Amino acid sequence: MMQKRQTRFRVKLASARWQVRNFMQVIGEGIKKGLSKIGLGFLFKLPPFTRAMIYLSPALIVLGIFTFYPIFNSFFISFLSQYNIYTGEIAGYTLFDNYLQVLSHRDFYQAVINTAVIAFISVPITIVLSLAISVALAAIKPLKGLFQTVYFLPYVTNSIALGLVFAYMFSGNIHTMHTQVSLANAIMKWLGFGPIPWLGIGTIYWYAMSVILLYTIWNGLAFKIIVFLTGIQSIDKQYYQAAQIDGASKYKTFRRVTVPLISPMIFYILITSLIGAFKTYSSVVAIVGVTGRITSGSTGFIDMRTIVFYVYSFLENPGQPGNMSLAAAASIILFVIILFFTVIQLQVGKRRVHY
Amino acid sequence: MNETNTKNAGLSIRLENLTKIFTDKRGNETLAVDSLSVVIPPGQLVSLLGPSGCGKSTTLYMIAGLLRPTAGKIYFGDNDVTRVSPDKRGIGLVFQNYALYPHMTVRQNILFPLENMKIHRDEALRLVNEMAELVGISDQLDKKPAELSGGQQQRVAIARALVKKPDVLLLDEPLSNLDARLRLQMREEIKRIQRETGITTIFVTHDQEEAMSISDLMIVLDLGREQQMDTPQEIYNSPKNLFVARFLGSPPVNTTTAEVINKEIRINGLVLDKTNVKDGKYNIGIRPEDFRIVENGVFNFKPEEVEIEVIGRDTMIRFDFGGSQVRAIVDSDSIKGKEKLSIGVKKGKVLLFDTETGRVAV
Repeated sequence: MMQKRQTRFRVKLASARWQVRNFMQVIGEGIKKGLSKIGLGFLFKLPPFTRAMIYLSPALIVLGIFTFYPIFNSFFISFLSQYNIYTGEIAGYTLFDNYLQVLSHRDFYQAVINTAVIAFISVPITIVLSLAISVALAAIKPLKGLFQTVYFLPYVTNSIALGLVFAYMFSGNIHTMHTQVSLANAIMKWLGFGPIPWLGIGTIYWYAMSVILLYTIWNGLAFKIIVFLTGIQSIDKQYYQAAQIDGASKYKTFRRVTVPLISPMIFYILITSLIGAFKTYSSVVAIVGVTGRITSGSTGFIDMRTIVFYVYSFLENPGQPGNMSLAAAASIILFVIILFFTVIQLQVGKRRVHY
Repeated sequence: MNETNTKNAGLSIRLENLTKIFTDKRGNETLAVDSLSVVIPPGQLVSLLGPSGCGKSTTLYMIAGLLRPTAGKIYFGDNDVTRVSPDKRGIGLVFQNYALYPHMTVRQNILFPLENMKIHRDEALRLVNEMAELVGISDQLDKKPAELSGGQQQRVAIARALVKKPDVLLLDEPLSNLDARLRLQMREEIKRIQRETGITTIFVTHDQEEAMSISDLMIVLDLGREQQMDTPQEIYNSPKNLFVARFLGSPPVNTTTAEVINKEIRINGLVLDKTNVKDGKYNIGIRPEDFRIVENGVFNFKPEEVEIEVIGRDTMIRFDFGGSQVRAIVDSDSIKGKEKLSIGVKKGKVLLFDTETGRVAV
């Protein structure tokens, strides 16, 4: 009965699709006629390449204005001296001044360290975890849909909102943490540890960083699980049956069959998530706050800003001559760092990825 | 399993009331294999033959241990292996699309089963080379499967299945992905490899010609049940029922209904042959090649009344009889220059089946 209803539904769907197709065809012919009427009929006589260029031009124009122009412009700005964004005045041109100034800035080093910690700790952990979860999800039948939804939810939720929730779960400082017990501290207590002033006054660098890492890892799982699960489910079952007959253990099958067969996906995820991690910004804003710094008792403050955060902090005072050039120089340095690691990955990938 | 020589003593396989019922998400049950009981003698190449959905692959997968039978038992020799895991059954399985690991070289592919055994690496590599030699791919060991032709991939798959020196070799439609010429070649190769190793081999196919040419014994399956098990020639000559008669032979057997009156097989008053079965209505089958041109036969036509196709040595004559089309294959020489075609039926070649049970009438 159910099956019958489903086939009927499918037939309906197919005929609907056919109708949409016919409709689109009518529209297409209408457009063609309309364009011919206003003298644009020559469009259909142009060679395919020219026609393709005309069709692509709207997107190319938008990309040009909002992507390519800013990239080249920021490169250009980084060579200006004492550039005033409002008046356009400059004191002259310089090759290295802005770069040297950024590179000699202590805050920039801290930003590079923070970014590197986030990138090189969270990315491998997320990938390993999401692989494990995908394998587990692929192995179960009941409740699979439910779990998939659960794991995918963070992906469709605003990261600032999620970060604020995280910040709340890890709230409290050295003075309040004993009386106002946050969720994280309640769990710590249950595990037999004392409360920790995660993000508040009296904390230390790694406490705060671990919250950011935890958030980054968790938030990064969703998309990776979807990609890996799709990959795993597209692997021919016969490979697993062959491995089973050959007496390969579950772990060995995973390592020798599953991982190589989805290696293009792992590789894609590795590159995109490392790039993403180097661009981390919003999660730090949401968890630590708009200053990116945590006031801490004796040492003044703990700087949790990432490179992108560092770039943005120049924009707090854009009128200050030279600030925009420093921001531009820092972002170009970030670009070079990302380029460096991506090239390395591409080189390694050539040998390790099986397409 | 521990033998070092290529020659294998072989192992008999016994299926006892083997049954498999698949249940889908909605609880609908499908009976794929219905109390199948057969004994496969050691060292033989046995085909499981039948149309799509007859349960032949399901049976093979149950023998391999990849599917758990709903009921019944599987014996290898005297051992009950029904609940033994696939890797401990001592089987090699060649999949329909080979399932060669695409990221491994041919050598790594063949080596893979040995990696999971306690065996010295040098010994393992020696076995790999031995197998590569047996199947004739010694010069391809460092290539990836994608760089090989279909026939070569097939050989690698067989080598991988045999490298553990299994007692039983299972082949699931192994030739269906090959082109016609390669199929003929690999058919002979499989036969040769089976002869050389002496391994008990089960070969699943839906291609009756393939099964007839390769097998020592054939098991014809339909609707999850065994229809007949015998040598190919015996099954072809004496099919047990109408299904088997129809399934084997190309072009297929001609079927119609006839009456037996006074030990004579009659259609519309024409006498086809004599028989010993009791009087009554029967389904009959006559293979196309069991017709011949005679001086005074049962069916008489002018040449323009029938369709004649000359296919070299043979000629196919198609004519309508009793509302159905009949194909007859006769010697091309025998119809030359005839103004009147008289077609007779060879003696003792009319197959009689009970109209109710479909079984052969005796």
